[in-house]
Amino acid sequence: MTDRDEPTGALVRPYAVTRGRTRPRLEIALEALVETTVRGRTAGGRDGAGNGREQQFIAALCDGRLQSLAEIAARMQLPLGVARVLIADMAADGLVAVYEPTSFEDNDAVGTELLERVLSGLRRL
Amino acid sequence: MAPRSMVGRVTSAKIVIAGGFGVGKTTLVGSVSEITPLTTEAIMTSAGEGVDDNRQVPGKTTTTVAMDFGRITIDRDLILYLFGTPGQTRFWFMWDELVRGAIGAVVLVDTRRLADCFAAIDFFEHRQLPYLVAINCFDGVQYHGADDVRDALAISPEVPVVTCDARGRESTKHVLISLVEYVLSMRRQRTAARA
Repeated sequence: MTDRDEPTGALVRPYAVTRGRTRPRLEIALEALVETTVRGRTAGGRDGAGNGREQQFIAALCDGRLQSLAEIAARMQLPLGVARVLIADMAADGLVAVYEPTSFEDNDAVGTELLERVLSGLRRL
Repeated sequence: MAPRSMVGRVTSAKIVIAGGFGVGKTTLVGSVSEITPLTTEAIMTSAGEGVDDNRQVPGKTTTTVAMDFGRITIDRDLILYLFGTPGQTRFWFMWDELVRGAIGAVVLVDTRRLADCFAAIDFFEHRQLPYLVAINCFDGVQYHGADDVRDALAISPEVPVVTCDARGRESTKHVLISLVEYVLSMRRQRTAARA
């Protein structure tokens, strides 16, 4: 595990791409899955919004492929907080769908069923 | 906010991989992940009160915390992520987010440096996150038995203690399967106790 005190080059002024905003419009879990919507795909050519380049990258990355917040942040070399703000904006504009993880505690039966699916998936690996 | 029905719903789950520095967390993640482990970074202010607007305090120092993680596609609509914990205890703020909603945790231990995992075990017990202890047998050598480790860690008898080789896919699979089986058995006991 790396242990760095100094931000790397990729992290210089990380919140510049969010215009200084550090609070996302919605909380997104690390493992929440993001998928580009039809609207997000067709909006690719337009560059109206201020975050155009990053949004286009995310839209391409998650087009037909589920990617978690953590993966998007890692692949874009952006801090989690920055990626979270960008994705929350895109979700608010209908450009991506965000699928939050299922809570294991809210509903016993649902949680158990999910665990059983994970278990059989691991056994099949 | 979360839909109640699971049918056809896209969702994800995560397992936390903890342990001291250099114990093999990223090796374990990489041995079973379908992608080369990725690194994601979080930035925190020195005060550690969460990512916040600190434009008014330009001199405030920030810390970057890196976490390695891997991915296992269980099903078209179900992805499992394995997140390694940041090695250092001064990064506790990130652990909160890591354990939130996790299935459970694997505490990977090197029996030559057993004390390195105490903090992780304390944290999971405090958060009531189910965990198991996996003894990483470096070079196939196990320096202490599972019972010795259990005694030394003073963990309750139901917590599984298994041995593994973090480099091996089958071995890592076995560790993850043991954890999920343990979590399921605890849930069933709890459900039965309520009935």
